[in-house]
Amino acid sequence: MVSRRLLIAVVISAFAGTAGVASAQEVGSRAPNFDLAGSPKPVRMADLKGQVVYVDFWASWCAPCKQSFPWMNEMQAKYGSRGFTVVGVNVDQKREDADKFLASTPAKFTIGYDTTGKVAEVYQPKGMPTSYLIGADGKVRAMHVGFKDSQREELEKEIQAALTAAKK
Amino acid sequence: MKRFASAVTCASVLAVSIGLMGCSTVQPWQKGNLAKPQMSFDSDPLQTRFEDHTYFSKEGASGGYSVGGGGCGCN
Repeated sequence: MVSRRLLIAVVISAFAGTAGVASAQEVGSRAPNFDLAGSPKPVRMADLKGQVVYVDFWASWCAPCKQSFPWMNEMQAKYGSRGFTVVGVNVDQKREDADKFLASTPAKFTIGYDTTGKVAEVYQPKGMPTSYLIGADGKVRAMHVGFKDSQREELEKEIQAALTAAKK
Repeated sequence: MKRFASAVTCASVLAVSIGLMGCSTVQPWQKGNLAKPQMSFDSDPLQTRFEDHTYFSKEGASGGYSVGGGGCGCN
């Protein structure tokens, strides 16, 4: 009888081990701070306090990410002066892969290199790309998985709303 | 007999736990290697497209062969 209980316990714990326990970042929760090596300068979330930040997890091997870059450039140019910052967190294990991607797809916003995946571990993006819109209060306002050109307007409206909320 | 049963239990517990150790979850941000073209099942993308088209027409099902395009699950 004891051994049967033991068996059940071992099987359950073995399954639990494979499931992965970390929880994802959710809308309304406080966005965790992070520091990363980056270009043109290192990314420090603490320095962006009080700003509306669009954190986008991307990878060089991800096709929709390529589509999202021109849009993020546009948003950075359009709303940068109003306290809006785009941070592209690259999750490639080799920085060269990211730099190769950036050579053909220029980014006019801050890039952070998460080569070890430590920031991704915390945010747990569900796919590539995944973006988090963080309000001036430091809370996650919206999360999006994937990028399609048809979402441009909707995403822009969310940024506008976040900027309006920041003023109040 | 009892001894034999407990030995069998022990062995199966060991087998199950060792077997499960082999399972690991590849997180979305770790799919760089899986997204490489050489990791896909097919060698000829055009032929695959063609066959996919046939499958789609005949079975009403398509996709799910690789993470081509990044495996973002959004296309």
